[in-house]
Amino acid sequence: MKKLQIVGLVLFLAGISAFTLIPFLGTYELDFEKVQQQTKEIHQGKMGDILQPMFGKEFPSSFSFLSEFNTHFNSYNDQLKSEQKWDEVIWEDYRFPLAKAALSSPVKNSPWLYFGLSIGLMVLGGLLYNLPKYQEEPAGIKHNGIFHSAMKNRGWLGILTGSYLILFYIILYWFPAYLVNLVWMVDPLSQVLSGNSASQWFLYGLIYTLAILVMGIRMFRKYKGNAYQQLRTASVMFFQTAFAFLIPEILVLLNQPYFDFKNIWPLDYDFFYDYQIETFLSSGGVGLFMLIWGIMLILIAVPVFTYFYGKRWYCSWVCGCGGLAETVGDPYRQLSDKSLKSWKIERYLVHGVLALAVVMTLLTIANYFSGFSLLGNVTNQLHSFYGFAIGSAFAGVVGTGFYPFMGNRVWCRFGCPLAAYLGIVQRFKSRFRITTNGGQCISCGNCSTYCEMGIDVRWYAQRGQNIVRSSCVGCGVCSAVCPRGVLKLENGPEEGRINDLPISIGNDSIKLNA
Amino acid sequence: MSNSKHVVIIGNGISGITCARHLRKLNDSVRITVISGESEYFFSRTALMYIYMGHMKFEHTQPYENWFWEKNRIELKQAWVKSVDFSSKSLRIEDGSQLSYDELVIATGSKPNKFGWRGQDLKGVQGLYSKQDLELMEENTKSGVNHAVIIGGGLIGIEMAEMLAYRNISVTFLVRESGFWRNVLPKEESELVGRHIQEHHFDLKLETELDEILGDTSGRVRAVRTKSGEEIPCQFVGLTAGVSPNVDFLKESGLEIGRGIKVDLYFRTNIDQVYAIGDCAEFNEAPAEDRKTVEQVWYTGRMHGETLANNLIHEPVPYRPGVWFNSAKFLDIEYQTYGQVPADWDGDQVKSFYWEHAGGKISFRMLMRRDESILGVNVFGLRMRHEFFDQAIRENWSAEQVIRKLEKANFDPEFFAPYYKVIQEKFAADFDKNIPKVKLSWVQQLFGARV
Ligand SMILES: Cc1cc2nc3c(=O)[nH]c(=O)nc-3n(C[C@H](O)[C@H](O)[C@H](O)COP(=O)(O)OP(=O)(O)OC[C@H]3O[C@@H](n4cnc5c(N)ncnc54)[C@H](O)[C@@H]3O)c2cc1C
Ligand code: SF4
Ligand code: SF4
Repeated sequence: MKKLQIVGLVLFLAGISAFTLIPFLGTYELDFEKVQQQTKEIHQGKMGDILQPMFGKEFPSSFSFLSEFNTHFNSYNDQLKSEQKWDEVIWEDYRFPLAKAALSSPVKNSPWLYFGLSIGLMVLGGLLYNLPKYQEEPAGIKHNGIFHSAMKNRGWLGILTGSYLILFYIILYWFPAYLVNLVWMVDPLSQVLSGNSASQWFLYGLIYTLAILVMGIRMFRKYKGNAYQQLRTASVMFFQTAFAFLIPEILVLLNQPYFDFKNIWPLDYDFFYDYQIETFLSSGGVGLFMLIWGIMLILIAVPVFTYFYGKRWYCSWVCGCGGLAETVGDPYRQLSDKSLKSWKIERYLVHGVLALAVVMTLLTIANYFSGFSLLGNVTNQLHSFYGFAIGSAFAGVVGTGFYPFMGNRVWCRFGCPLAAYLGIVQRFKSRFRITTNGGQCISCGNCSTYCEMGIDVRWYAQRGQNIVRSSCVGCGVCSAVCPRGVLKLENGPEEGRINDLPISIGNDSIKLNA
Repeated sequence: MSNSKHVVIIGNGISGITCARHLRKLNDSVRITVISGESEYFFSRTALMYIYMGHMKFEHTQPYENWFWEKNRIELKQAWVKSVDFSSKSLRIEDGSQLSYDELVIATGSKPNKFGWRGQDLKGVQGLYSKQDLELMEENTKSGVNHAVIIGGGLIGIEMAEMLAYRNISVTFLVRESGFWRNVLPKEESELVGRHIQEHHFDLKLETELDEILGDTSGRVRAVRTKSGEEIPCQFVGLTAGVSPNVDFLKESGLEIGRGIKVDLYFRTNIDQVYAIGDCAEFNEAPAEDRKTVEQVWYTGRMHGETLANNLIHEPVPYRPGVWFNSAKFLDIEYQTYGQVPADWDGDQVKSFYWEHAGGKISFRMLMRRDESILGVNVFGLRMRHEFFDQAIRENWSAEQVIRKLEKANFDPEFFAPYYKVIQEKFAADFDKNIPKVKLSWVQQLFGARV
């Protein structure tokens, strides 16, 4: 390792340590006014009463603050629940806004300083670590030592990283009140971009984008000399930064609905939720445009682009989940399971999620147009189930937290309903395929090992057969790593695309069906 | 067709396993047993280097999952065959047991050449062919090795050098010829590879022959001495001066053996119902004009297996290989070849077209007959379409026709630099031809890499 890289590593570790410690700083104190500001009008009186015993008390940590909050709040709700007074129960979760309001900490006072010490150092460290990589080496495949690495082969470092990610996601999704320090830290940035104060989602979006950018630069180093890899990496970096992060915030600044123009239903599962539709319909021309744009993406962009280019146009050039997988997740791509069994599980799961998303959405729409007379609140429960199980647990906790355990495309492969939709088009009506170069395969297994989607590419390649699989995201890495130049991702005529080739080219003795 | 004969295959390499798989495809009831000493399951020998370098684990080099064999009723047995009794049609296995067959396929592959050098059996001196060799190499290079010498500059030699580099062991190549792999590659290509080897900081000693390998008191290698008397201190020696058929256990068994097991074009040996395929077989006559009598590559092993399986089930056909092709990788530079491109040729009979990129790592050569019909191509640092050249060579296309259509032959990934354009320009200039310029799509113009 070069000196600069060691410096980078140290800075990164310092940054991530600061990031981990910051949530523990400061004290928490509530008063009547803060409660009034942070609660809905109908709850203001009640919440004031419930939390009254906490007013004026200083809590030394988020733990003591939230535990006391829970005691008061739950005892109120439990009482009502036991009396079956369901409509008086307070269902809203006020922990995050109240904790945020109650906090006084150095982070809140000098957010940029702490931002620099945590996220800033992580980014700087990441850059210093990645930029000097492979500098004096000729371009080529850089896979030396991957299966000897504690990070990339489920060693202790990988387990540690995965556990950290899983923990972070669990806190982010279900216990964000513990992260208010970090949210305050990014508040000024949020003010600049959208004019609003930051939420935990802004914090997440920011980290997510920076992670893609820093690790995208790592991809440029690793795949130097491979134009396909460079371009698609640049593309996901661009779409994440502009479309997923900046434009939605700027829209809010301009008093327009928050909208990610590249997110497509059913990955964007709440696109047809009633509150979303309300938002679109109540936001004038821009809102209407967003609604129509979103529907066009589903009905026209997906089939047309997938027909011409395969699902890769989205999964490895545009998508945010894909963007994270292809950059942050790249060091783990070899950990995907290639067995036939996992392929079977994959097909059930991913199409199951697609079916669930479709049914849920149809019910939602029907319910909406019937003025909620059809199913009443049932769709809400469906939404919260889907949001919990698929949107958060599967896509987030498992999707990213499991990178170091099951490879970088766990969500894309087993869970993403949009990938399932794109995949069906790719499998049955597309010009995309991975062409196998005649009989040149030596069955070495590099392609299968490094396929993040767990496709046993070699199975096809060694038979001289083109690879036409619904799950292939067209990352092009199988082609990049093949030492014999056997694989080429290409778009071409549908005729001859799926070839159950007789016998490999080069043997004139016989013609048989492989 | 019902067929309950018992076919026993010795060797689970590409040739034996391909034969077994195709036998099962062609016939549902024939009993198939594969017996092999090296490993329980078929693995890809060509990937041995990647295991050592941490690109893959051993299990990744197994092209089929373990359930595959039982599902296809291919019985596997891991054991070494000691000898064969052809008269009683049975194999004697190392554990003392016997296995009888109706038909026997010998697919025992190769072993590294050792030419009787003094010191060739010292500790730290080895070839690389089998899984066991790889394990030995792990052992031999675990500690105390700073410098290694590789004898013979072939494909396995360069793989071994790359492996050693991963462990931070510096390497000297001793190559007898005037250039790297010069017995196979034309001068320019050999030089191109030679430069790349030096770019990777390997010490390439051309026209240098091994005289003796020197050991220390503990029986471990400490240096090699060349014929010119130079002594090179080293703690590891790789012997990669080719391979030869692995048939020692069959000598004096009644089976006719030359360099390998003698077979006709139907893979029949001199003994009834005994066949040999893959690296260990030696044809009585070369199967085609441009072929050798011993074929020692992965692809031919596979074709032997395919063809023999057919012959054991259907009407036997002679082995007729098509247009020759091969590929390899020299460190970072990929190499593909189609048709005939020998190391040297007679300038009166053969014309050559050669283009090399200014960077010195990419090249394209085409050899033609006097009438300028294509004989074959060598490509370095580029990927070309097998199907395209198979057809062009089979149909004797003119070189001009090949070059005109070169865009179709291009197999590089999308957005890679369109080298075929400069190749076309150079050909037009060299041979005074008028080749229309290919127009690149705007996407390629805007985003594609530049030549
Ligand atoms: C490191 C390396 C890299 C290579 N790379 C390439 C390449 O890139 N491209 C290419 O075309 N070729 C390559 N080759 C050559 C290619 O691997 C061989 O041509 C091919 O494997 C030969 O296949 P086979 O089936 O004839 O024999 P083998 O693969 O050698 O299989 C023979 C099997 O029989 C077993 N056996 C032998 N004797 C007995 C016995 N008495 N009892 C039981 N079992 C026995 C052996 O243990 C072995 O498992 C490479 C070879 C090596 C070593
Ligand atoms: S990486 Fe290439 S040579 Fe190796 S198994 Fe895959 S297609 Fe075949
Ligand atoms: S098959 Fe190749 S291109 Fe497709 S996902 Fe796998 S590695 Fe990527």
